[in-house]
Amino acid sequence: MSKSIQIKKGLNIPIAGAADSRTTIDDSTRLFAVCPDDFPGYTWKAAVKPGDKVEIGSTLLFAKEADIISLSSPVSGTVKEIKRGERRKIEYISVEFSENQSLDNQLKNFKGLDLIKKSGLFAMMRQRPFDIVPASEVMPRDIFVTAFDSAPLAPVLTQSIDRNLLEEGLKVLKGFTKGSVYLSVAEGDSLSSNVAETVVFNNLHPAGNVGVQIANIKPVNKGETVWTLSIKTAERIGRLFTQNTLSFETIVAITGPDAKNPHLVKTRDGASLATLLKGEIKETEEKVRVISGNVLTGIKENVQTGFLRFPYRQITLIDEGDHADEFMGWASMNPKKFSVKRSFPAFLAGLSKPFNFDARIKGGHRAMILSGEYDKVFPFDIYPEYLLKAIYAKDIEKMEKLGIYEVAPEDFALPEFVDTSKNELQKAVREGLDYLRKETL
Amino acid sequence: MKGLKKKIDQIKPKFEKGGKFEKLHSVFDGFYTFLFTPNETSRSGVHIHDSNDSKRTMIIVVLALLPCCLFGMWNVGYQHFLATGETGKNFLELFFYGFFAVLPQILTAYIVGLGIEFVVAQMRGHEIQEGFLVSGILIPMICPVDTPCWMLAVAVAFAVIFAKEVFGGTGYNFLNVALVTRAFLFFSYPSKMSGDGVFVSLGNQPAVDGFSGATPLGELASMAPGDQMTNVLGDPLSFTDIFFGLYPGSWGETSTFCILIGALILLFTGMANWRIMLSGIVGAFLMALVANNWMSDLYPATALDPLTQLCLGGFMFAIVFMATDPVTACRTTAGKYIYGFLIGVVTMIIRCYNAGYPEGAMLAVLLLNCFAPLIDHCVVSLNIRKRMKRAEIPNS
Repeated sequence: MSKSIQIKKGLNIPIAGAADSRTTIDDSTRLFAVCPDDFPGYTWKAAVKPGDKVEIGSTLLFAKEADIISLSSPVSGTVKEIKRGERRKIEYISVEFSENQSLDNQLKNFKGLDLIKKSGLFAMMRQRPFDIVPASEVMPRDIFVTAFDSAPLAPVLTQSIDRNLLEEGLKVLKGFTKGSVYLSVAEGDSLSSNVAETVVFNNLHPAGNVGVQIANIKPVNKGETVWTLSIKTAERIGRLFTQNTLSFETIVAITGPDAKNPHLVKTRDGASLATLLKGEIKETEEKVRVISGNVLTGIKENVQTGFLRFPYRQITLIDEGDHADEFMGWASMNPKKFSVKRSFPAFLAGLSKPFNFDARIKGGHRAMILSGEYDKVFPFDIYPEYLLKAIYAKDIEKMEKLGIYEVAPEDFALPEFVDTSKNELQKAVREGLDYLRKETL
Repeated sequence: MKGLKKKIDQIKPKFEKGGKFEKLHSVFDGFYTFLFTPNETSRSGVHIHDSNDSKRTMIIVVLALLPCCLFGMWNVGYQHFLATGETGKNFLELFFYGFFAVLPQILTAYIVGLGIEFVVAQMRGHEIQEGFLVSGILIPMICPVDTPCWMLAVAVAFAVIFAKEVFGGTGYNFLNVALVTRAFLFFSYPSKMSGDGVFVSLGNQPAVDGFSGATPLGELASMAPGDQMTNVLGDPLSFTDIFFGLYPGSWGETSTFCILIGALILLFTGMANWRIMLSGIVGAFLMALVANNWMSDLYPATALDPLTQLCLGGFMFAIVFMATDPVTACRTTAGKYIYGFLIGVVTMIIRCYNAGYPEGAMLAVLLLNCFAPLIDHCVVSLNIRKRMKRAEIPNS
């Protein structure tokens, strides 16, 4: 018997361009990359040089702090480029796909958790607190596996999952914790497990955020650590342990108002957007913003040089909107403007029909003025305004007391969306978490 | 609009750093963003935003104030012609008499207040903030119609500088700016802020025999047992008169009916908090009920029934438009109930038991403004305690 939890505070933003269930196979992408920025918590060092031959699961980057923890190549091929940015920081390492795909032999020398760390799957997990790649020595209190993504236009995650492999993966994970493995499933999904405790959530964003799931199942306290991962990673662990193979294949949804025909594509982690999005973007006069991920937490990418970023299984295409000159926008009666407040006439036609959002912030930055805005979309037993003020003030004691260990930047995405004062909340929370980690280590 | 935009964009560099009119940058920016919504796009975090911004929020509040404002103007005219005994005036004559009577006040409040905002924004290098759009219309509405403009200017300047800007501007003030203005006037120029000579605009014309310009609450404070409240001509006031606001008072706040329309607009659009309004009305009603139940000849105001108490004076206006000011009110949900309730209770205590202050709403809101952070602190502390307790259990 699975537990069921109803999230009441939240918002499903009605954005146009949901992917239909047609799945095409992307066989034209030849370039795949790993971006170390997607794996916060460690300093990553390159383990390869351009021109090196690599296999699936070969280490491309390793953690300076614990060198067995690796970021691995999603494909077999040749290392093409190590792109460095400011202060020689590695932005990405790209690998040119070759026809023969095989697993790196070195992985056979590793067992158990070491195998997970070496294969690159460990880096695909996160820990609370801090929302970073887990610390290598700390055993988790519990492990939370998420089987759905409630973000705007996100694809269904359970579609392409081999349930036996998933179950095997959950069994492996169970061995790493004295506590429980929790599997969070969306309402209406038949997925369940004998190893993990299944918890059913209603599909109201941010119910799919693992932080919300933890807060409603068993909150993280100071001094505790839990691991979080998606079912895709759990399935990959299951495959690695039962079949001795590693596959970074994934299904990606191409979505958004500017997607020509929103649909699903089967490709691999880190695929180059130049080929993945070929012919997928609507031809408009407007500049198009390409987001690797969803509109709330995704990363703005250049369509020519960008890649599919971890952990997203979604590309969202929206208008940039920076050429729109709106005359007296504050007085606008335009029915195409979405607001959760009933201050624009759009609510008359109902707020569930899809809107074409663009990237404008639609107002000026102000101090926190309206109260209770964030709380309506923030299903934690936390006062978000007070936590943010503690973060702005860099008051570590207050941050801890107000529950910073329970949250991740993504949990502040909806508050940031509805914020009348247009503040950058996710950035603030990320800075707060980093500051706290630096000061308390 | 493209042409206008082009023209403005052409002169824009002159107002930017190093330009000829660099010192007017904030003013230019204020007008620019007023005309054209900035097309700044998101750089970090979410890629899309809700359309509601601070300008829209303030405009909606001003819109919600309009019924009270327009009625108030008409009522100024109505009271004037009632007092001077001129009959047979039509609706527009009444309205425009009031309109021209209060226009100088509105202009004074906006010019002084916005002027200071512009200067401070320029000094700090900030954008102009919209908070004063609301305060600027609120301030004249809660003052007697005969308030001299120079007094208003001094009070507005005091309030904007010392109640708002010294704390950091919109969003950082802990006292409601409009009420600080009112309190400044009330304590600095008491003779012009109370009594029976300031609430009806006579316009240098003689009043009819038997005229009394006192507000009902003013009358009440000095009333003998058994007396009735009367209008300016000495005729008794009915509950309908009171509900619709046909009596002298601070000109924007007499009509409960119009205030309720404003409240509906605020609540429907989601700009104000219903918890504060509801608990405030409940608090005031209960306190008025208590006072009325243990009525005393010593305190004539206790003789009023709770419903009339609610509709008289500035209480409804204060609870709908002042108490719900999100910056100075409690920010936690539980805190809002306590905050609103106490405003209601304190208003009625002052009104009933302190004959020196016929109306208590202003002082009640200001008092609770001071206590709002404390109330929030207690609510948040409970949350912290719960979290600490949870963390202790596994260790013990």
